[in-house]
Amino acid sequence: MKTTALQVYHLARRSVVRQARQPANVVAPVIFPLGLLAVNSGGLQPATSIPGFPTDRFVAFALAIPFMQGALFATMNAGTDLARDIQTGFLSRLSLTPVRGVALVLGQLAGVAFVATVQAVVYVAVAYAVHVHPASGAAGVVVLLGLAIAIAIGFGAAGVFMALRTGSGESVQGLFPVLFVFLLVSSMNFPRNLIEASWFRWLATVNPVSYLIEGLRSLIIEGWNGEALGLAFAIAAGLITLALVASGLALQTRMTRT
Amino acid sequence: MNAVREFRNVALAVGWRTLHNVLHNPSLLIPGLMFPLLNFIAFAGGLSRLQHIPGFDYPPGYAGFQFCFVLLQSAAFGGVFTGFGIARDFEYGFSRRLMLGASRRSGVIAGYAIGALIRWMITSVVVTLVAIIAGMRIKGTPVDLVGLYLLAVMVNVAFLFWACGIAMRFQSVQAGPMMQTPVFLLLFFAPVYVPLKLLQGWIHGVATANPITQLLEAIRGLLAGHPVEVGVAYLVAAGLIFFLGMWAIFNLRHAEAKG
Repeated sequence: MKTTALQVYHLARRSVVRQARQPANVVAPVIFPLGLLAVNSGGLQPATSIPGFPTDRFVAFALAIPFMQGALFATMNAGTDLARDIQTGFLSRLSLTPVRGVALVLGQLAGVAFVATVQAVVYVAVAYAVHVHPASGAAGVVVLLGLAIAIAIGFGAAGVFMALRTGSGESVQGLFPVLFVFLLVSSMNFPRNLIEASWFRWLATVNPVSYLIEGLRSLIIEGWNGEALGLAFAIAAGLITLALVASGLALQTRMTRT
Repeated sequence: MNAVREFRNVALAVGWRTLHNVLHNPSLLIPGLMFPLLNFIAFAGGLSRLQHIPGFDYPPGYAGFQFCFVLLQSAAFGGVFTGFGIARDFEYGFSRRLMLGASRRSGVIAGYAIGALIRWMITSVVVTLVAIIAGMRIKGTPVDLVGLYLLAVMVNVAFLFWACGIAMRFQSVQAGPMMQTPVFLLLFFAPVYVPLKLLQGWIHGVATANPITQLLEAIRGLLAGHPVEVGVAYLVAAGLIFFLGMWAIFNLRHAEAKG
């Protein structure tokens, strides 16, 4: 147990240092979603005049989106880094050592958690800077950070799985548009009950990403909404579990192949 | 006369190659097609309730309102995506050989523009059909529609010149973000979701100063059958083509000098 913990520590340290040494990996996931937030919150502010819209400031409503976009970037970064390890033979060399598979995956995800924490703190700071005070208070901010990190780890684990399965950075990058579709076809820009097109409302309802966004959003504009939070945490936990199991299986195959 | 023939030969050869590459490689064709379609689905499907806010009055409906933006976006990004191909040609050394073989090098830019245009025309047909299926009502006359698509063609050419200039200057696909980020920002700082008059605060000021707004408002007016400052929009488009064309030629000379 102690040995595994030590392995996780060393690989996690490598992953975090690696992320920190690639400013583009940290800066882009922060800047790009904030740019989109600025554009969308300006352009969609008139939507708040629609009866039943849950807030009178669209920026508060949209603030959950950067957390999700940041998680998507985390997926790409984690997956691409691991794919590079596979392509450069680092994983092959690692497989000659007694390092355990679980340490490799968890270590990789530590880098994701690091970037996700930086992102989430910046987004919360931006929220306060534009006078959006989360309705759930200081404790809500802590839960918000926790949920954002959990979502990023879930998506990061999906990126790790893709990298282990394909061994190609390009394939991992190819996953981005697919994940982005999930984001587009969700309740990211409108509350589900106010979406007029029934086919879109249906898609948003069956799309798990909607519930992740609504969990984050509830802490910002509603306060404490047990149902929204429960669903968001359950989906994040499900995603993490599923992606980790899939990664474990893919890792076995990958280690056998190399 | 010879000069014209040489220019035409180079342009047609490069244009054909660009188009051939795109049509034979789904990984190049599909993103250019899917990007505007996904935006259309997300905006026209998810935000259609916006058409009920006070002051929103657009006869072709919200699908038509978003179609105009997505058409413009696909035109601009059709040029940008072709720019990626130009950068790749430089990375693989093809452009160097092309420069040696082309008797009229300005024809190279024209060739890429032809490839980008035909590539975008495929996208525009798909986007138009999807918009009609989604309930877009066309209120403009056939002449209005010709004017609408002609404006989009001009946008495609202008942004191809922009991306071509960047590709020839940096000669690497790594310059991709420099090609697409400014275009992305220009497009989204226009009145994307609601008409300009309904925008409030800083975004209204930015959208008013943004030349893309003029193009978008004109295109929306033509679709609705109520042309709005179309002459100004054509001047803006012609200006973009002129200045970005100069930018492309300037960087072609830079690439020639670099060898």
